[in-house]
Amino acid sequence: MRELQYDAVVVGAGPAGSIAARTLAGKGVKTLVLDKRQEIGTPKRCAEAINGRGLRRVGLEPDPRWAVQKINGSVLYAPGGKALKLVFDDRLGYILERKIFEKYLAADAINLGAKYMVKTLATGVIKEDGRVVGVEADFMGEEYRIMSRLVIAADGVDSMIAKSAGLKTVNSLSDYHSGFQYEMAGLKIDGENLLHIFFGDDNAPKGYVWIFPKGNGVGNVGIGILGKLSAPGRKAQFYLDRFIESRPEIFSGASPIEVNSGGIPVGSAVECLVADGLMLVGDAAHQVNPIHGGGISMAMHAAKIAGEVGAKALSEGDVSRERLFEYDTLWRAGDGVKAQKLLKLRSFMEKLDSTDLDTLADILESDEITRIVEGDYGLMAKKIIRKAPSILPLAKKFLI
Amino acid sequence: MTGKIDVDRAKCCYCGGCVGVCPVNALELRDTILFVDEEKCVKCGTCVKFCPVDALRLI
Repeated sequence: MRELQYDAVVVGAGPAGSIAARTLAGKGVKTLVLDKRQEIGTPKRCAEAINGRGLRRVGLEPDPRWAVQKINGSVLYAPGGKALKLVFDDRLGYILERKIFEKYLAADAINLGAKYMVKTLATGVIKEDGRVVGVEADFMGEEYRIMSRLVIAADGVDSMIAKSAGLKTVNSLSDYHSGFQYEMAGLKIDGENLLHIFFGDDNAPKGYVWIFPKGNGVGNVGIGILGKLSAPGRKAQFYLDRFIESRPEIFSGASPIEVNSGGIPVGSAVECLVADGLMLVGDAAHQVNPIHGGGISMAMHAAKIAGEVGAKALSEGDVSRERLFEYDTLWRAGDGVKAQKLLKLRSFMEKLDSTDLDTLADILESDEITRIVEGDYGLMAKKIIRKAPSILPLAKKFLI
Repeated sequence: MTGKIDVDRAKCCYCGGCVGVCPVNALELRDTILFVDEEKCVKCGTCVKFCPVDALRLI
């Protein structure tokens, strides 16, 4: 058993963990990051899309080494086939190469003084008088006891740390998507600067199929379906394979170069993001955009707030739940508000059948959809009243 | 309760998505290997239903 002493331990070296570590280390906090994987950044559990704002608000400038494809819009394909093109204007997006991005973020934190350990499994928290005071970990068969006044759980949907501290972070199949993805080469994509998103329950029950281009015919081709509709013989992989087979114009010359799967929390964030000596960030805290399932932007921003609050709390010598709760308050006042609004939109969309979705695609303009996914439903409500009264009761129930 | 969760190692993509829905914390992903704690498992089948690639079965 080896004993180590740090001010802060971050469990998980994904985007959230490394942004938390960078923030803490940048403020002079002695920080250690643990990751159970033997290589940071792999396997990805992600479609790798992020908007420019998501990078800039945590102080990152897109770097062509990891921001491999610029995205300036998306095409939404309604179940009946109608394609709606949304242009992002000034809101440029990027497809990341996560394998490189995550290592870049780790290097950034290390250059600011953080220490990292990989292939190191945090097996649980150490508690004293009900407070979290460190973690136990295993590195290649060697046991570590790491004392730390602050622990940040950034260990993903399969978080063991929050659970071992007694927090309830279990996902429910009605608020969780089952995801599957091939990264493919040889794709024939009309518009490599666009996200391609396919709706309809035949394609992806209560979810969508995506093609996110990475340039030169390479792209992430994936699917998310609502967990409670996933069933033996009707799994995410089954639906994606069927989609690929039905579109030879895109896929006839394509082959996979990688396979990914994952669980995607699309409900509310966990009830409380902190405990005595502990903070939760990213997928571990269910900080994901409920309408598109993207999590990188929200996770990194939450981690930045957590790092800032954590550093202040450490310098004041108070890492109680009450002190750390400032992070919970700040997060909920920002991204939390938007996430709750979009959760309503998700509930509404889930009640619509493919015919309803086709109707919406017919009556809504592209710029209106852009506003809807930002949480502004006013225009959609007016359009529904005038042009699609059959959907009105559902819109009233879920969006007002 | 009888039976157990069988992990098809050839299919498992070790994504850990099942760990996130286990209501009794009986699953653990250690790097690339999924472990099932048979003492804790209540054979509810939530993980089986979730798995994107049909790698889990209740046998």
